[in-house]
Amino acid sequence: MKITREQVDYVALLGRLELEPEEKEKYMGQLDDILKYMDMLAEVPTDDVEPMAGPVELYTPLREDEVKPSLPVQEALANAPDRDGTSFRVPKVIE
Amino acid sequence: MANLYEMTATELGRVLAGKKASSVEITDAFLKRIEAMEEKVHSYVTVTPELALDMAGEADRRLARGEGGPLTGIPMAVKDNMCIKGQRTTCGSKILHNFVPPYDAQVVSRIREEGMVILGSANMDEFAMGSSTETSHWGTTRNPWNLDMIPGGSSGGSAAAVAAGEAAVSLGSDTGGSIRLPAAFCGVTGIKPTYGAVSRYGLVAYASSLDQIGPISRDVPDLALILNMICGHDPKDSTSVPRAHEDFTAFLDKPISGMTLGLPKEFFNKLASPDVERVVAETRSVFEGLGVNFVELSLPHLDYGIAAYYIIAPSEASSNLARYDGVKYGHRAAKFSSMIDMYCRTRAEGFGPEVKRRIMLGTYALSSGYYDAYYLKAAKVRTLITRDFKRAFEACDAIFCPTAPSPAFRIGEKIDDPIQMYLTDVCTIPVNMAGLPGMAFPAGFSADGLPIGLQLIAPHFEEARLIQLAAAFQRETDHHLKRPPL
Repeated sequence: MKITREQVDYVALLGRLELEPEEKEKYMGQLDDILKYMDMLAEVPTDDVEPMAGPVELYTPLREDEVKPSLPVQEALANAPDRDGTSFRVPKVIE
Repeated sequence: MANLYEMTATELGRVLAGKKASSVEITDAFLKRIEAMEEKVHSYVTVTPELALDMAGEADRRLARGEGGPLTGIPMAVKDNMCIKGQRTTCGSKILHNFVPPYDAQVVSRIREEGMVILGSANMDEFAMGSSTETSHWGTTRNPWNLDMIPGGSSGGSAAAVAAGEAAVSLGSDTGGSIRLPAAFCGVTGIKPTYGAVSRYGLVAYASSLDQIGPISRDVPDLALILNMICGHDPKDSTSVPRAHEDFTAFLDKPISGMTLGLPKEFFNKLASPDVERVVAETRSVFEGLGVNFVELSLPHLDYGIAAYYIIAPSEASSNLARYDGVKYGHRAAKFSSMIDMYCRTRAEGFGPEVKRRIMLGTYALSSGYYDAYYLKAAKVRTLITRDFKRAFEACDAIFCPTAPSPAFRIGEKIDDPIQMYLTDVCTIPVNMAGLPGMAFPAGFSADGLPIGLQLIAPHFEEARLIQLAAAFQRETDHHLKRPPL
């Protein structure tokens, strides 16, 4: 196996996913199969190949620092599951 | 006059110009067709009759003043991952089941400026992750040609809607084949433009270095009109390329004699269906009859495309989907004990199995100790795939190949076998990896009556060449004129 139950637990926590025990079993097997399939990449020589992040040459578009209209606060908050005045309301973060 | 809902956008434009019907009448015909078809096909997540009739009324007023463009008043569908201000946009997911965007995607702004009519949001695989539209939270779309079959994905609703006469044209998005595959499986025409040709502003992100919006239509002239409308630079998308585009309709009637099409052997040794082989041979002889030359060539790293894609796309997705945290929009779990617990439960309840699988895969590939072996390796292989195409285009004007190894498969056939599902995209994924334009067009039918679409691939920003080639093919053939027996 390329992937252990502990790794599944760890990755699920990193990905912020609460998985049921049977989901973990299923994903462990499926991720293992998928990662075995990925092994074929090891046979490609890539020592002097540059990695590619995207298909276009990225550049940093510059513009004047002008204030432009942006989304009004109430519209930006309109989809929030919980809000208070001009804020998103969340569970207590600092104990 | 034929049924309004069976006409192309170009034909409907003539109906409007000749004052034979108004946009409201045309829109009404499509809304009635949707009502009759949805139980069978289920192309839409949300149908928006009020918005549609408002837009149609406005279009009629513009046309009466002698204003508007070639697409003003024409009804269309928009994939459910493009934000429409004030209309629910869910990305096929429970986690966005109640999300009402406070702004328009750039393509939706272009639709409004042109005066097209939005009929609703088309069904899709959840977060565009899938090849069959089966992973949608809202249930699967069915292939209009055979309701037991999948329509392809992830833009299955966009393709099925056009095939079933539930929209004249539509927009889809394509990260690994999500426009071309459903277009091929549903017997319609679709193009994924060059990466950077169309703004992604307001497109719900899946894998940002691969995602691209494009049109689906019944024929190539309609495709050219929509491309004219949506292509162009947008300062709000920093990967959108500042470049003026051609008038794509100027290429519809150009001869193709003397052009060369490349046949990469790695694509053709994957064919899993004698029907596809036959249709490839028939299509080749049509092109030869039009004076096109063929040259065999090789894309040596093509076979690594799937493996590299299913590292890169889930890696980008695991990062992009971190925003669904139950704070800013969408679903939030009802019970939780802490902030982290709130995130974990919200996401467990809101995401479906395929999205969770890809978040797990991407998180693993980017996690400490595995980054070099997976993400970095895949990014290097991506460079090699891109180089292969560059070399291939030294010998040909465009590449000709299948869109998929076989026609549409049965609903349920591959849903529990991720690798088999992923392999459906073997012919389309390399095009996204290199950021190239690719088109799927109807080229024939299988023995049991399923459409088979083939693919043309061009160098960066040579969409016009694909338009030219496929328009010439459609003048000689009638596959694109066939309608499903609904």
